[in-house]
Amino acid sequence: MSVLVYTENWNGAFKKSAFELASYAKATAALLNSSAIAVTVGKLADGELEKLANYGIEKMITIDEAAFSGFSAQAYGATVAKVAIAQNAEVVIFGNNPTGEAIAPRVAVRLDAGLATGAMQLPTNAPFTVRKRAYSGKAFADFVIESAVKVITLTQNSFKLIEQPVAISEENFDAEIPANAGAVKVTDLVKASEKLSVNDAEILVSAGRGLKGPENWGMIEEMADILGGTTCCSRPVSDLDWRPHSEHVGQTGKVVAPNLYIAVGISGAIQHLAGVNSSKVIVVINTDADAPFFEAADYGIVGDAFDVVPKLNEALKAFKANS
Amino acid sequence: MKALICIGHVPDTTSKIRFTDDNTQFDKTDIQYIVGPYEELGLTRLLELKAEIGSLHITAVNVGLPEADATLRKALAIGADDAIRVDADPKDAMFTAKQIAAVYKSGTYDIIVTGKESIDYNGGQMAGMVGELLDLPSVSGVSKITSDGSKATLERETDGGTETIEATFPIVISAGKGFAIEPKIPNMRGIMQARRKKLTVIPAVEQAEKTKTSKHYLPEAKAACKLVAPDNINELVRLLHEEAKAI
Repeated sequence: MSVLVYTENWNGAFKKSAFELASYAKATAALLNSSAIAVTVGKLADGELEKLANYGIEKMITIDEAAFSGFSAQAYGATVAKVAIAQNAEVVIFGNNPTGEAIAPRVAVRLDAGLATGAMQLPTNAPFTVRKRAYSGKAFADFVIESAVKVITLTQNSFKLIEQPVAISEENFDAEIPANAGAVKVTDLVKASEKLSVNDAEILVSAGRGLKGPENWGMIEEMADILGGTTCCSRPVSDLDWRPHSEHVGQTGKVVAPNLYIAVGISGAIQHLAGVNSSKVIVVINTDADAPFFEAADYGIVGDAFDVVPKLNEALKAFKANS
Repeated sequence: MKALICIGHVPDTTSKIRFTDDNTQFDKTDIQYIVGPYEELGLTRLLELKAEIGSLHITAVNVGLPEADATLRKALAIGADDAIRVDADPKDAMFTAKQIAAVYKSGTYDIIVTGKESIDYNGGQMAGMVGELLDLPSVSGVSKITSDGSKATLERETDGGTETIEATFPIVISAGKGFAIEPKIPNMRGIMQARRKKLTVIPAVEQAEKTKTSKHYLPEAKAACKLVAPDNINELVRLLHEEAKAI
């Protein structure tokens, strides 16, 4: 038996999220007394294999990207399901990201498996139980998966990296392309900016309507730069097109779990809080002392963003210079 | 052309969430139910496409108990042509997907639209599962769709960037943010018409559950927020570094 984890690579290189998934797969394998195997589409750059072995992955299955004409949930799903069967996988793990969301349900059907999406922590066994986010972050639920094979998607930033180097082998595997997969073709890809994405960031600096207009985001971007984080926003801000939709955090936007979430000029509507309440530390800056966000915050400053943020940026810069 | 839109019957986004029976059951007291926000976007865009293409029959489908009829009527008031409710408690995603697949097979649909995820259990499983059960292609988290009635151009946000996808019918897609700009709100005429539109209730097909929800938890209450005076910014930096170890 094995635990199979889908690790996405970007031009042959892994991101931190792959190491988090590898750590999670290895810990799940330890729970079940089995071994952790990874699968990836596309040729890996030199040294990447060893990076994954550092987190306990014993075997890497590589699938030639050229066999697919761009991403297809149907073809990727069929291929990963075939790998799972060949490797006798009892658990298949994906990231809870656009790729995992597209493939995992298809793999679950092929393997006659129960699927739990958005896992927040390591499963427990007998019965096999996964704690996942529910009600868009307002609650958590324990899902018992009763099928022989289990499929899980893991919420990003919810499991720690655990280094435990092992020897790794590599195997190539042929893609499985369903006859009608050509009905969907990726014809163009506008690459995301090089900027750190909201899901990848460990520190998020978020701002709301309290900032009055898109021209005032400079100081928010500056704070994100000083802290090595990235920017995000509340729903009204993305609806007003002050910021791109990809930055919207909340119940109907991105649900995040960073180490530090700094909210500037956001009152903290229940829909926004749902998206951020898994953050480890929350700082709120708001002129209104009665803003509901203060109840969800660890630290707060009641004050005007246009006064507080520039001063905070100076203080953070001085701190970074001395640390 | 015919479209099937899956409508979730979910608690209003402003709802405070509580549980009963030792945290095993969702507490429905004082909860208002709505059409899921992503399904609302899906239906809105289908209605726009209907106007653009000229002919598109839209059937709203829900897998649920009689209480979901009010939500289906809302979908009819927004503008769906007719509705089907599969009469069953939708306990598990595979069960629900099997029902949608059965409804698809009983008609001749060109496109199935689901929401990106429900806002109760946030499964996000429906489009992929229905696609696999029917051996149809699926595209999830679609942020834009245009169509001339014979094929569709889709956009999808991924971690790598924005994909443009050319698709032929039949296809299963899930609607994400951006699918429609603003959800359409039913007007008085729509609400009147909805009463006369057909809502068919059909029995469920068999499918064993694969997952069970055993218990719920609410996020742990935070300790009181530590307030720092605006003229004492260095204290916040110190707390974030020394106490919270966040920077």
